[in-house]
Amino acid sequence: MTDTSTYLKQRTNSVDIDLCRDDFPVLRREVHGKPLAYLDNAASSQMPESVIEAYTEYHRRCHSNVHRGVHLLSQEATEAMENARETIRGLINARNNKEIIFTSGTTDAINLVMQTYGRSRIGEGDEIIISTMEHHSNIVPWRMLCDEKKAVLKVVPVSDDGELDLEAYASMFSDRTKLVGIVHVSNTLGTINPVAEVTRIAHDHDVPVLVDGAQAVSHMPVDVQQIDCDFYATSGHKMYGPTGIGILYGKEEMLKTLPPYRGGGDMILSVSFEEVLFNDLPYKFEAGTPNISGAIGMGKAAEYIRSVGYENIHQKEQDLLRYATEQLSAVDGLRIIGRAAEKSSVVSFVMEDIHPHDIGTILDLEGVAVRTGHHCTQPLMERLGVVATTRASMAMYNRKEEIDQLTAALHKAVEIFR
Amino acid sequence: MNDKTSQLYQQVLLDHNKTPRNYRVLDPSDHEALGHNPLCGDKYKIFVNIDENDTVTDVTFVGEGCAISKASASMMTTVVKGKQVSEIEALFHQFHDMAQGKLDPETEPNDLGRLKIFAGVRNLPARVKCATLSWHTLHAALEGQEKVTTE
Repeated sequence: MTDTSTYLKQRTNSVDIDLCRDDFPVLRREVHGKPLAYLDNAASSQMPESVIEAYTEYHRRCHSNVHRGVHLLSQEATEAMENARETIRGLINARNNKEIIFTSGTTDAINLVMQTYGRSRIGEGDEIIISTMEHHSNIVPWRMLCDEKKAVLKVVPVSDDGELDLEAYASMFSDRTKLVGIVHVSNTLGTINPVAEVTRIAHDHDVPVLVDGAQAVSHMPVDVQQIDCDFYATSGHKMYGPTGIGILYGKEEMLKTLPPYRGGGDMILSVSFEEVLFNDLPYKFEAGTPNISGAIGMGKAAEYIRSVGYENIHQKEQDLLRYATEQLSAVDGLRIIGRAAEKSSVVSFVMEDIHPHDIGTILDLEGVAVRTGHHCTQPLMERLGVVATTRASMAMYNRKEEIDQLTAALHKAVEIFR
Repeated sequence: MNDKTSQLYQQVLLDHNKTPRNYRVLDPSDHEALGHNPLCGDKYKIFVNIDENDTVTDVTFVGEGCAISKASASMMTTVVKGKQVSEIEALFHQFHDMAQGKLDPETEPNDLGRLKIFAGVRNLPARVKCATLSWHTLHAALEGQEKVTTE
């Protein structure tokens, strides 16, 4: 498979991250007759040409099933998928490939932990700790489990600025605590949580930790060994890859002890009507034909991120965050929600007398794509006393001109609603 | 100004959003229903009084939501007051069809009058429910239901 990254081709001497924008075909389109300013990257980031190519190349060249056929196409497909697993392993620095389980996304990965670890290890009166700023996908599975098992869900408070109350967290453990679930980067506020510290505190109490990393991997280096978490979940489409694919990282020694997730093909060694022998890691958790092109695309996206480099990404995105914060603060009646000291490139805000959905529509008609609503974090919204916010979320390919386009559209909204 | 923006957010709509008409609890009332759009968080309660001839003698609303949903609720109350339940039902269907792009109020016969300003939502699928929420809620109230969601 070829790599047509414009960025890579031009990256001979000096590093110019602005060139990477040319790798993303969708960014060239117009909406409602205006150039697209895509600022909804926390919902889904765009795919570079190299990912789209790897994704379609599988379907053009070696579409077949994996881990089954002795024929060439199946071998090529298997190799491509396993290479992707290896690339993703490298990106988050897992110890080995057995620790990388392909899932349909972060939600599926969290549900895997709930169905395997949760249902086998958590019982009546046991406690699960999560935070107020969790996405619904890291609340609902645990609420369901707690209802089923009569277990208790405990919630770490957050400050008005949207930061985790670590002191409160440290005091929430008891001998019944069985799991901590924590979001790495808040999708609504951009808050970056100190997940290594959170994990260390949990491990002091011998409690395993699941980190929801859906919003982290595209923005910052993630080293699961350094964090030392027991599980780490993330999605392809939030890191320049396809939708419908994600991974669960789990420590090998933990995964080995867990019951399977779903039953079916590929997750077995042998089957009779009396007995089933389950497959080795990671296949034990991958029943059925996987999303092969998705996995290949996600691997390519991991490669793309590495080629640009986290240092460059961080510098560019923090620059955009500073600029957006400054420009948006100057808009009449605008209040930024979420002012954590450590933030990814997300700016959530509300405006006096203008409902976020009206803002969303006006921005859309001006070519600006943002997310409005509760961002699947209703408990967090309630804590912060807002019904909904408008969220602009930036990626490495965004430009200051797009933030200017956003700001100009907001000035128009103010004008209309005056 | 973008044409589409100004077509949608017309002065009448903005005025009804800012100073909604019949914005109060009606107590006592013959019927009331709560309308909720869980996706947006828009929530309105509609109160209706009907006389023995099936004529709406009073209709009011309270609640919170976007400008489109609030203006739609406000204008609806001004339009349906004094109308027969059967006329309101016909209007509800026309409004619903217009919002979904199934009825072109400029070329097809209808009784929508000034409600036509909501025609713009037909090009914005995410906003159709904002415009129709209060109508669904009124419809539910008239049918004797207490709750309706537009999801």
